[in-house]
Amino acid sequence: MLRLLWLIPALPLAGFLVLALFGGRFSRRQIVWVGCGSVGTAALVTALVGADFLRGFPDRPSYHQTLWNWIDTSGMTVGVSWYLDALSLLMVAVITGIGFLIHLYSVEYMSGDDGYARFFAYMNLFLAAMLTLVLADNLPLLYLGWEGVGLCSYLLIGFWYREPEYGAAAQKAFIVTRIGDTAFAVGLFILFTQLKSLSIQQVQTLAADAWPVGSNLAVIVAVLFLAGAVGKSAQLPLQVWLPDAMAGPTPVSALIHAATMVTAGVYLIARMHRLFELAPPVLEAVAVIGLLTLLLAACSALVQRDIKRALAYSTMSQIGYMFLALGVGAWSAALFHFLTHSCFKALLFLAAGSVIHSLRHEQDIFRMGGLRRQLPLTFWTFLIGAAAMSGVPFITSGFYSKDWILWSAWSSPLSHRWIWFGALLGTLLTGLYSFRLIFRVFFGEVRTPPSGAPGVAMLVPLVVLAFFAVTVGFLELPRTLGDLPLFSQYLSHVLPTIETIPGMDESVEAHEQIAVTCSALLGIGLAAVLFLPRANVADRLAGTSLGRTLLPFWQGGWGFDRMYDGLIVRPWLHLTRESGEIIDRCYESLVVAAESFHGWLSRTQTGHVRWYAATVAVGALVLLGLFAM
Amino acid sequence: MLTTHALVLAIMLFCIGLVGLLSRRNILYMLLSLEIMLNAASLAFIAGGARWGQADGEIMFLFILTLAAAEVSVALGIVLQLSYRFKTLDADAFSEMKG
Repeated sequence: MLRLLWLIPALPLAGFLVLALFGGRFSRRQIVWVGCGSVGTAALVTALVGADFLRGFPDRPSYHQTLWNWIDTSGMTVGVSWYLDALSLLMVAVITGIGFLIHLYSVEYMSGDDGYARFFAYMNLFLAAMLTLVLADNLPLLYLGWEGVGLCSYLLIGFWYREPEYGAAAQKAFIVTRIGDTAFAVGLFILFTQLKSLSIQQVQTLAADAWPVGSNLAVIVAVLFLAGAVGKSAQLPLQVWLPDAMAGPTPVSALIHAATMVTAGVYLIARMHRLFELAPPVLEAVAVIGLLTLLLAACSALVQRDIKRALAYSTMSQIGYMFLALGVGAWSAALFHFLTHSCFKALLFLAAGSVIHSLRHEQDIFRMGGLRRQLPLTFWTFLIGAAAMSGVPFITSGFYSKDWILWSAWSSPLSHRWIWFGALLGTLLTGLYSFRLIFRVFFGEVRTPPSGAPGVAMLVPLVVLAFFAVTVGFLELPRTLGDLPLFSQYLSHVLPTIETIPGMDESVEAHEQIAVTCSALLGIGLAAVLFLPRANVADRLAGTSLGRTLLPFWQGGWGFDRMYDGLIVRPWLHLTRESGEIIDRCYESLVVAAESFHGWLSRTQTGHVRWYAATVAVGALVLLGLFAM
Repeated sequence: MLTTHALVLAIMLFCIGLVGLLSRRNILYMLLSLEIMLNAASLAFIAGGARWGQADGEIMFLFILTLAAAEVSVALGIVLQLSYRFKTLDADAFSEMKG
């Protein structure tokens, strides 16, 4: 069964090719069968391959499959080869599983759209690229997938290309992530020129042998890889594209900009963890970037009016947690949060999508309200998602993953106390902004009446994801609550287990957990006080002078857009306009010279035969003279 | 000695032909001048062949003869067409393809 591994990325790719070539001639039913069927089959194959892999686990910790040689020049051989281990199996399972659910959801969500075939073709291509990224055995193949998902992200953000601002959002996402990608590519070049290898496993072994801990080259390469990860995962300072990326259809936001693509940066750092361990300062930077992003994005999420933008900021904030975990050396905790986050955030986006769908594309939460009774199933699933995101204790998956991260931030020798306090503040803010959405959208009076409830194709993914948003948390129970370290044992064959500083026993962990729980519950309670329509303290707060300065600032994402606009975009446009004059004149003079030369030469073409004969004679004489000399 | 005389004659014929080609405006006379130039070239080949005792010179002469015959047949056809179209034989009048 393991030999079927190549089918997993090949199936969505085949789906894309079929839809791209014949999609225009297909009926809607056929498009659904091809678009969803390819992903569903890929998920089935993943289940088969995964079962076979786990049967031989951990005696056979990895499986390697080479299909053909992609590039073969002297000194460099790059194969199309797949590498399956515990980490990539986890990623593949999440991508195909959640990907299939979101495809199923899109069948109904996109049913009124003209670009039905185009949508499913892009989605299939995205899955193929994402699976290439996580299954790649060497860095160039990983980079191919990396750019592929960037391309699909661009295509799907600008899916409704008739709106100019959507096109602008797509370009922004593409260009901003391209900055990180360029750094990543440079890092790749340095690795290859220094170590003469591009295989992910081999190059890290070589790096660990060749470079001592903290050496310059290791730090430079790690920084460049980090820049790539930061761009893809929308962390500071390249986070500006993600809120605008919400221009795409909601299933796209759920699949690409919440569950899978934006976590590619986390995957990259986890995959290259041995390289990052050689560069402790960079690892610390990862933690600090994560902490800053999670706090800034949480504040922005708190004040957004657009439900999807609020969720986008919450995604940035949650990925901030993953970066923080990676930075303090809690590799498994980061991936556990990735797993739970992709379940509950996909759920939240899909539930938000069903609200938007029912309200005929209304996204402003101030025009929503009272939907609890009209859309009960959407309400309950959204509530489960929000509870998981804010980490409601014991019953939700978000609690277990976030608690693991915070405990690591407390107990890891790589961490600092202030990082833990920052993350704790983050849990409070998470509770606040998650339940702000609940109270604004589902409570209070009905402002926009819904025009019909979502159908089965949209409800099934919601229910399944809600189930997972609760249950995946039980894969890893902390020492104080059942002590079931299934997930960390599973990943321990790929990622190093976290060290703890001495003196961190169970009673300390229990106290720390109580603090985290209190903080999350306090956030939810505060949200009730602030945002429940009856109390409505938030509106009064927004009216104060502090509120009036902070609100637009936070809504605009801490002024990063304006800063980049002022620092880079405007000067650059100015420069192109000014120097454009001079450069244009250079080219114009070339035109003038060519034109005058042409006029001069055309005057020799008199049309008189005798003149031609004379020139031939003179030419012959000149040639003879030259030979004679 | 014979070679020198023959070559001088060839040069003179060639120059006469060239001058005629460049100075005459009637296209028929221009063709005549061209024939004179071709004959000058043939004479030079014959002289060379006689000088080195090789048959190459005469062979080249035969080629030039054939070429001249072909050229004249084509050229006279063109001249006929030109005189139909332009009602003149003045070469300077045919300047339709001026650059």
